[in-house]
Amino acid sequence: MKTRNGTFYLLMVPVLLWLLMLLVIPHLDMFFRSFRFETDDGLMVFSLNNYLSFFEDKIYWLTFVKTAVYSIGVTFLAFVVTFPVAFYLTKVVAKKYSSFMVLLLLIPIWIGELVTIYGWMILLSDNGVINNFLIRIGLIDTPIVMLYNNFSMTIGLLYMSMLFMIIPMMSALESLDDSLIEAASDLGASKWTIFRQIIIPYTTPGIASGGIIVFMLIIGDYVAPNILGGKSSLWFTEQIYNKFLATFNWNEGAAFGFLLLMLSSTIIWIALKLTGQKLERVGS
Amino acid sequence: MIRTLPCSPLYKAGYRVYIALFYIFLILPLITICVLAFNDSNFIALPWNGFSLDWFLADTDDRLGLFKDPDLLLSVWTSLQTGFFVALFSTIIGTIAALLFEEENFRGKGLLYFLALAPLVIPGVVLGISILLSSTYAGTYIEDNFGLDLEFLSPSFWLVVLGQFSFGATYVMLLVGARLKKFDRVLEEAAQSLRATQLEVIWLITIPFLRPAIIGAFVVAFLISFSNFNTTIFLIGSDPTLPVDLYSRIKFSSTPVLNAVSFMIVTFISLSAIISFVINRKKQ
Repeated sequence: MKTRNGTFYLLMVPVLLWLLMLLVIPHLDMFFRSFRFETDDGLMVFSLNNYLSFFEDKIYWLTFVKTAVYSIGVTFLAFVVTFPVAFYLTKVVAKKYSSFMVLLLLIPIWIGELVTIYGWMILLSDNGVINNFLIRIGLIDTPIVMLYNNFSMTIGLLYMSMLFMIIPMMSALESLDDSLIEAASDLGASKWTIFRQIIIPYTTPGIASGGIIVFMLIIGDYVAPNILGGKSSLWFTEQIYNKFLATFNWNEGAAFGFLLLMLSSTIIWIALKLTGQKLERVGS
Repeated sequence: MIRTLPCSPLYKAGYRVYIALFYIFLILPLITICVLAFNDSNFIALPWNGFSLDWFLADTDDRLGLFKDPDLLLSVWTSLQTGFFVALFSTIIGTIAALLFEEENFRGKGLLYFLALAPLVIPGVVLGISILLSSTYAGTYIEDNFGLDLEFLSPSFWLVVLGQFSFGATYVMLLVGARLKKFDRVLEEAAQSLRATQLEVIWLITIPFLRPAIIGAFVVAFLISFSNFNTTIFLIGSDPTLPVDLYSRIKFSSTPVLNAVSFMIVTFISLSAIISFVINRKKQ
């Protein structure tokens, strides 16, 4: 191995500082904090109490399980909704329109979650656009309650996350040679067979990296569940938020944060194993 | 099913309807907010009471327009400043990281790259609380032992910048790294054979080649910072950023001024997207 010159250290030191100070140490600290517990005498002791309270209180682990199940479900929904769009933009629509249509997909991403979720709040409220429209055309007499429940929360989570899936799927589809589909079609394969045996296997890397990004955005989201979800649709991030900014029980909050991190990492690890992908490829 | 293959008119029409519905779903909340920003009403949703610029310009007892609301303008200013510093730091460190991982080989590179990608798979809430925990701990420790009160270690403007930078650098690294992969190494070798030092090569050859990607990454980092909520909420001090301010207004005191702010954001993002689209098209 050649000897290191100054440039190497000039590149290495800032990167090490970034990763150590802002990622490694804070997460180790969070991990250790999650085992600290203040006794009645005000002493800090090592204890599993923070984790025990998670399992003892039903609301905590029910929210935890619900968050996990919903996150997987909405990720799948995002795939179902956006895959036809990704396919349309790469393989069907005339090339001269596709770049403009892709641009339209980027705009809600850059506008940011808070504004778009707020837009959905107005759309779905009792005085909102959808209820007004339905009453005007005479389909209903009184407003339907669409806001502050699991339905509105799902819409919000879907809207703010799904667009992040289209781009990776499109780049996978772009490299799929049209002649493969033509050949299969010439040999008499049905659309469904082509979809299942050619398109899906070929785009799995794109689906996996898009799916992981979408899943992370959903499971770690606070805005959509909090603004659009009601009392009955609690999200685990809301529990963490309450521990930190409402009850100020930071040690228990650290334990909850660590549990959420474990949950998301485990699910992503399983997803990577199932699809045979590597995390390094998710980034690209 | 693809451009070159014939398919039934019904299938074609059905596909088009689906795509149209998808785009309506995408644009509906944005259009709604933009229209309602000009509603002459004290409530955020319908009914429509006629056109008014009150929520931009009014300064009366029951209506305070966007441009007359010092708190709101201050949070916009805070967000702009935060975005600038986050983009600046992320661009510098992210570019350095991209150079390190593409140009150098060293032991533990895989692990370090994995850590640099970790912010993609750490929920934003967890990043926020872990940085909050460790920085407050470090702050108390330094104050107790050295008598120094370091303000940036407790929730404040600079802690928000640090928190957002911790994942902003990852996105810059990926964007710049993607461009660096297309770099022709012969150019570097040529410069080296002409006795340029490695640092000179990077500064005079590699960085100019990367310039478009670096500028693009700066903009992306700025936008990520400008719209971030999940991490920021745990780190803010007395001056909220725009998303945090909007969030507390949505939760506790929603007036149509929210529509006016959203209108400004939607218009600004859409216009810049369209302008950059037109410029790119002209270049080609």
